[in-house]
Amino acid sequence: MISLDVNGKTQELDADPATPLLYALRDHLQLNGAKFGCGLGQCGACTVLVDGRAVFSCVTPISTLAGRRITTLEGLGTPEKPGRVQRAFIAEQAAQCGYCIPGMIMQAQALLERTPHPTSAEIRKHMSGNLCRCGTHMRILRAVERAAREP
Amino acid sequence: MRPLALIAIVSAVCAACAADPVAPEAVPARSSFDPGLIAKGAQLAAIGNCQVCHTAEGGRSFAGGRPIETPYGAFYAPNITPDSETGIGRWSEVAFARALREGVDREGRNLYPAFPYEYYTRLADEDIRALYAYVATREPVRAPNRPHELRAPFNSRSLIGPWKALYFERGAFQPDPARNAQWNRGAYLVNGLGHCGACHTPRNALGGEKKDERFGGGVAEGWHGPALDARSPAPLPWTAEQLYKYLRTGLDDVHAIAAGPMEPVVRNLARAPEEDVRAMAAYLEALAGPPSAERRKKADAALSQAKGASRANGRGAEIYAGTCAACHDRGREAGSGGALPLTLGTAMTIPTSSNLLRITLEGIAPPEGEPGRSMPGFADALTDGQVKDLAAYVRSEFGRAAAWTDVDEELKKIREERR
Repeated sequence: MISLDVNGKTQELDADPATPLLYALRDHLQLNGAKFGCGLGQCGACTVLVDGRAVFSCVTPISTLAGRRITTLEGLGTPEKPGRVQRAFIAEQAAQCGYCIPGMIMQAQALLERTPHPTSAEIRKHMSGNLCRCGTHMRILRAVERAAREP
Repeated sequence: MRPLALIAIVSAVCAACAADPVAPEAVPARSSFDPGLIAKGAQLAAIGNCQVCHTAEGGRSFAGGRPIETPYGAFYAPNITPDSETGIGRWSEVAFARALREGVDREGRNLYPAFPYEYYTRLADEDIRALYAYVATREPVRAPNRPHELRAPFNSRSLIGPWKALYFERGAFQPDPARNAQWNRGAYLVNGLGHCGACHTPRNALGGEKKDERFGGGVAEGWHGPALDARSPAPLPWTAEQLYKYLRTGLDDVHAIAAGPMEPVVRNLARAPEEDVRAMAAYLEALAGPPSAERRKKADAALSQAKGASRANGRGAEIYAGTCAACHDRGREAGSGGALPLTLGTAMTIPTSSNLLRITLEGIAPPEGEPGRSMPGFADALTDGQVKDLAAYVRSEFGRAAAWTDVDEELKKIREERR
């Protein structure tokens, strides 16, 4: 059994230690916010927070996560009560197909936790590891800027 | 002002002087240069990697301001646009040539050898003329030079004179008549404008190159520049064709991707004349010489291991399996997201853990907006203990070498830089 701290709850998992965190979240814990995109850490759709930092969950085996704090999209808010970054993405309608957006939101969350008022260049640089194939980039950037403005 | 005071000031000023000033003279107008000469200068500047050091991140080209971290502190490359106040807009070609050949600025002050005049001294007249034509016709940018931030005593220019006496050998390139034209062209470029040895030759505590260990592996901005001669740590010996492909694109089929300070070098060489890059590749292949029987045997072993073999177990192996294997076990097939099998990489076989740790923590990424392969950094995903376990495993499993002793120290250094 492996024990993981996910969104403030301790979760016991019966899984191979080499299991990627993404699979553990989706298949064992039914937390389907993080998405499988490439499985190679190249697209960012699977981004979650580990100890407040953005991490690609598809290339993070659960064996490396003992005693560390994992936050997923579900940990930021609910459909009824979305979190600050989620609200900003909704307000800017920053989604087309939406597949990359959970990763985008987590990456933005990580940025704002460390840099509450990032410059436009800092946002672009920080978000550069997350890909969007619909071309929603400008709305995503506006959403991150909005989230930084709002309390 | 009293004459005595004037003499005191003049002599104090000249303590740092190496030569007489060259009279200020506005750079000639663009129309006075042959466009062909300017174009040739652009290609030479690409081989010299000039723009990389002389352009700040996100700054205007050649306007200076990029920090170059060294053991002596940070150098800030100066503005070399033809701005008359803050750049080299008052440098005649004579002053420009003297800076390249002798390491002296227009005013006659010694230049720090962070500017690699040890290499540029070998430049031919016509190449200097072309470089001048190119630089003099860039857009002038008003950007005052940022002073270097060097530790004492290196912050005193008066040390450069004695340093030059010890280590600087002025002189033109001497071709070797026993070698063919391509080798000689390659030797001229590698040992002149390309200044490859500046990062690939070890230096002593005073920053002088160890001449008897030429191309034996050096240091650049916290990265190890691997040996280029017979001591090359590459698991597979380089052929001229592979070197050409690597120097042009940063990637060939069976060697590590260009990373760290080498990445902008290959980006520049992509714009250099093909025959020049081929000449450099031919020279470098000859420099390493034909691989020994033992080297070939090791290469065969590395190749067969790359095709898949049984592996050791342990914490490092587990992290490798979950973090690295998805790409690195797949291999670098065209069109795949796969990456080089680590058994063919160089970061595992060099004497220091610095490159492996930097790549692991920071990843590899092309500059913003540029195409290129990328690897995510794992600085936030892996703890220090996990990075150490992984490094130990990768070193023994794929580097097939004795454990590194500098992992703690290098890891601490890189973590501090990232803060």
